Parts: sequence; structure tokens; C-alpha cells
Amino acid sequence: MITYIIRRLLLVPVLLVGVTLLIFGMLQFISPVERTALYVRDIPKNDNQIAGVIKKYGFDKPLYVQYWRWMVGTTDPFTHKRSGGILYGDFGYSRTASEPVAKLIKDRFPNTLDLTIWAIGPVIFVGIWMGVQAAVHHNGLIDQAGRMFSIVGTSFPTFVVGLLLLMIFYATLQWLEPGRISDEYARVVALPSFKHYTSLLSFDSLLNGRIDIFWDVLKHMMMPILTLSYISWAVFLRVTRGSMLETLRTEYVTTARAKGLPERDVVNKHAKPNAMLPIVTLAGFQIIGLLGGVVITETVFNYPGIGSAAARAAVNLDVVTTLGFALFNGFILIVANLAVDILYAFVDPRVRLS
Amino acid sequence: MTQTTIPSGDNSLLPSTQVRQPSRLERIVGPDNYRILQGLFKTSASIIGFSLIVLFVLVAIFAPLLAPPKATGDPFQIPRDGFSADPKPPGTEWKRNAPPVVPGWYKLITGNEKWVHLFGTAAGQYDIYYGIIWGTRTAFKTGLIVVFVTLLIGVVVGSVSAYYGGAVDNIIMRIVDIFLILPYIMAALILAAILTPRIGKSLIPTMTALIAFGWMGYSRIVRGDILSVKERDYVMAARVIGVKNYRILFRHILPNAIFPTMVLASLAIGDVVLSFAALSFLGIGTEIGYADWGQILSFARNYITSLNTYWYILIFPGVTLVLFVLGWNLLGDALRDVLDPRLRGKV
Repeated sequence: MITYIIRRLLLVPVLLVGVTLLIFGMLQFISPVERTALYVRDIPKNDNQIAGVIKKYGFDKPLYVQYWRWMVGTTDPFTHKRSGGILYGDFGYSRTASEPVAKLIKDRFPNTLDLTIWAIGPVIFVGIWMGVQAAVHHNGLIDQAGRMFSIVGTSFPTFVVGLLLLMIFYATLQWLEPGRISDEYARVVALPSFKHYTSLLSFDSLLNGRIDIFWDVLKHMMMPILTLSYISWAVFLRVTRGSMLETLRTEYVTTARAKGLPERDVVNKHAKPNAMLPIVTLAGFQIIGLLGGVVITETVFNYPGIGSAAARAAVNLDVVTTLGFALFNGFILIVANLAVDILYAFVDPRVRLS
Repeated sequence: MTQTTIPSGDNSLLPSTQVRQPSRLERIVGPDNYRILQGLFKTSASIIGFSLIVLFVLVAIFAPLLAPPKATGDPFQIPRDGFSADPKPPGTEWKRNAPPVVPGWYKLITGNEKWVHLFGTAAGQYDIYYGIIWGTRTAFKTGLIVVFVTLLIGVVVGSVSAYYGGAVDNIIMRIVDIFLILPYIMAALILAAILTPRIGKSLIPTMTALIAFGWMGYSRIVRGDILSVKERDYVMAARVIGVKNYRILFRHILPNAIFPTMVLASLAIGDVVLSFAALSFLGIGTEIGYADWGQILSFARNYITSLNTYWYILIFPGVTLVLFVLGWNLLGDALRDVLDPRLRGKV
């Protein structure tokens, strides 16, 4: 177990360096003049200023020097003030959002986290439940329906589902709304009397005792959650069904049946826990995927998370901001993947022994 | 007189008494691969999928007949009927820039001598019907190219990794890991955004981005397949007689390992087209007005408050995209059953 964890931990620095190299590589497509935008916050006053910045930050230096400076930043020889340096959390200045990228991420990430927390239940548990039902009624009506659903489900692009939901629940029925919060409540939330304990809007409104705000926030999150669930159900259904079917054919399940256990106990106590192993990983990756910001879903519903912010920056060709999001995303995903792998090793002894 | 008794037990284990004559196709592709092809056309679902794809191929081929383009200029540019911002519903008369010819099938079906906007117009009076028809060509073009190049890269990387093994394998697989860290759509979005100002607005930046972050899956699969083929006796035999490394790899191992991956990849066209549409839906990729399904769907984003009135901007291109992807997915589902050894002979 310990060797497995150590082996897995050793991979982390490799991946971290790798992802910075990858993003640094993409940065090379941009000319040095444009890359000064990392450090120049105002409109440059004259061309010499840009040339000065290029010289100061060494954009004319060899690549490895540039990479190092990009990682740790540069220190001014006179004032000893450090500027730049992604290791210090300075991801540059966002042209489109007119604020540092790090601050933009800090503002947007809680919204994505909020959405993720509320989406976990419907995304994972409903999908697993459907998969188990399909496997138990193998080749029956439920199984066929589930199979049809999973094929049709994966064929529906996220943005088409999102727009359909908007058409039905927003434009026609007017039950749900896109965005984050209604205008009147946005003003309440901005007041100093509204305490931001967790910076997750749904929990903060509960902690402040404002059920009405909570309900409003939830109403805004419902369509994104529904979209995300619908897309993942197809995947969960397929994987759970496959894993359950395989488990139901094992000999210990036959033994359990032979000794006269009721079918309900066979399924729930003998088959299900063992069939859940591959699903643990899948669920882990799904949650990580949500945390990394779901670009399309957030964009369709104008939800101010990191996915929609990255998309907006990319569409406006604001490369510095986009790469900042990519870096942040990469760091989160590496750490989260590590967590899932180690968790999986705890759950499944076969992994750590191989 | 002796009587032959059939032993009790699993009769399927007995050698078949009939000698089956393999068909010509079977002799060309080999029995294992033939089984895969056969499995693709066994269930009704996969036949529906295949028909859908054939339908789209026909639409792409006959696009100039279905939606005649102007004699000059880029046929992929959707003709505009004016510049008004408000979409017009299906059946509105096509006043300006209507297709030059009115084909016979059109008169027959609609009973109309003049072109109308069959599926309505989007904002800026782009004709939705024209966009969908020519978008089919865009879809096949992008799908085929992206799939072909990703597969090529994946096969080369995967086979080099598997054949040489050791440190080479380790390094290549870590590079694959690194490319897999970022979510596919986000990574492709970023690279496309970086490439667009360099290359200009066209299909190329998005396609390049989809290729750059799409090859890793294939390289893993090919690597696994080769690792299993590598140990076969005929590879050892080739090595013993001193065949060169690259020749063993490309002439002996690859042809025997690659077929399932090739089928898998060709069925990924649906996914590629979907990702491509997603990116152009976000606003990355082609110029506004290019015949591309994601592009047309992105018009719907401007009308989310009144999608009940302007439903046709969403429904027609949406249904087209869903049917296209569904066709490939139905085939892919059949393929998964054939390829999954655990389900072999059980379902």
C-alpha cells in the first residue's frame, strides 16, 4: 500500500512540471509583444515601454531562461520587488476582465464549487441506481429502455440539451432562470449585513437564515444540474450495468442464491458492493470534471463559474487569462486525480498489490 | 456395427461437422476482423445507425442539388436574405440571394415555384436550411480529417511506445498523462483560441486543437494491443531471421493489432463533429455565416428569452446534429458488444 502511494506521489511533480511545460509551450505561439500583457496593466505609453518590458522580463532570452522566469517571476535588482511568477500565484493580468487572473479565479471558483456540490447527488446516485435496475432486469424492458436512453443520451450535445431546457423552463414555462441569482437578491447579497461565511452562495444564504435567497439560488442552479446529470446518467448507467452484470455472473453470487438468500439480499449485499468498484473511479473523475469547470454548460446558462470565464476569455482571444485558467485547472485536476487513485487503492486491494 | 455416441456435456466444444466456406471478404480481413464487421450489422439498432449515416452521406454528396449555391463565391457561405436582426419563421418568402436554381424535387414537394426559407432564418437572415445542408459537408470534412490524423499520431506514438518498451515507453506514457490532464474541450478551446489569430478564422485552428488533444486515447489502445501481439510466435520468428525493427513493427505487428482501433476510430467521427460543434457554438472557429451546425446553433444563444418564438433556430440544427451523432453511436454500441471479450457468446 505504502509503495503504491509513494509511486503515485512521485508521479505528481512530473505531471505538475509537465502541465506547466505544456502551457508554456502553447504560450510560445504568442509573440513577445503580446506576452508583455502579462506584466503591463495599462495601455503602453510608447513602443519603447514594450521593448523595455521585453528586455526586462527576458522574452528575448533562450527558452529555458524564459520558462524559469515565467515560473518564479523576476526580481527587480533595485527595489527587490518580485513580479510575475506562476509559482507565487501570479497568473498575469486579464485584459478582458480588467483584473488579475488570480483574482478572477478566486471570484469564480466558489460558484463552480457550489454547483459541483449540488450536482453530485443527482449526477452520481441516480445514474448508479438506473444502472443497477438495468442489470437486475437484464434483457428485460427496463434494460432495453435504459440502453436506448444511454445511446440517445450520449448523442445529445450538452448545449442542445441546455438550450432545450432554456426553451421549456425559461422561455415557455418561466419556472427557472439562467444566471446565478435574481437582481433583487443580488443587491441583498452585496450588502455588508449579509455575511459570506463560505463564499458559496447557497450555504451562505442558509447560514444567514435567508431561505428565500437559498431557494432563488437553487432555482438558478437547477437547469445546469439537470443538464450535467442528464449527460452523466448515460455514462453511469452503462458502466454500472456492465459491472453489475459481470458481478451477477460470479460464483459467489450463485452460491448466495443457492443457499436460498432472497434475491433482494443477493443484489444489495453481495453483488452491489463488489460491482461498485469501477464506479468509484468513474464518480471520482466525474466530480473532478465538474470542479474543473464545465465550459459549455456554464456558458449556455450564463453561470459565472470558471468554465464560462475561461470560455469567454478564449472567445475574446485573451490568451493570458485562458492559460491562467488552464494552469489552475491543471493543478486542481492533478491533485484530485491523486486523491481518487489513492482512495481507489484503499477500496480495491487488487490495485495496490499489482 | 459400432455406434458413435455423442458425449454429454458442452456440445459447442465439439468440432463442427460442416466445413464452412469463408467468404472473400473474410479471407481478406481475417476471421477475427470479419467477426467485428459482421457484428456491426447484426442488430436492428446498428442497422438504423448505419442508415442514418448513409442518409447524411447522401445529403453531403447531393448538397449542390438540395441547396443550389451561387455560381460564384464560396458555397459554404450561407446566403443572407437581408440584414434584419429578427429571425424569420419557416415558410417566409426568400427575397434576396435565393438559390439561383429551383430544382424539380423542390417544386414537387412544396408545390411552390419560388424558394422560401424552409427552416426559417437566423439572426442576420442566414438561411437555416442552406446551413444545415452544407453543414453536412463541413461535418464530414472535419470529422474525417480529425479522426484520420489523430489515429495516425496515436498509432505511431502507441506502437513506438509499446515496441521499444522500457524507458521510451515510460517517457511517452508520461507525456500522454500530461496531455490527458486538462479536460478535452477546455484544452482544445484554449489551443484554438491561441491559433486563431495566427491562422485566421477558418476550420483549421479548431481542427488542429482537436487533433492536438485527441490522439492520446488511441495511442493507449494501440500500445495495449501491440503488447499482446508482440509476444506471438511469428514476431519471434521474424526477429530470429533478422528482420529490422521498424519492419517487424510496421509489417508484422501493426497490421495484426490495429484493426479494432481503426473501426473504433472511424466511429469516433460522431464525437469529433460534436466537439467541433461545441467549440464553434462557443464562438471559436469559423467566420459567422459559415455553414457549420455549431455556428447556426450559436445563433440561438442570443434568443434564450424568446426561444419559444424562435424555436426553429434551435430545433432544426439541433435535431440534425443529434441524428448525426446518434447514427455513429448506434454503430459504436454494436461494436462495443462485439469487441468486449467478457460479453462474447453470452448476450
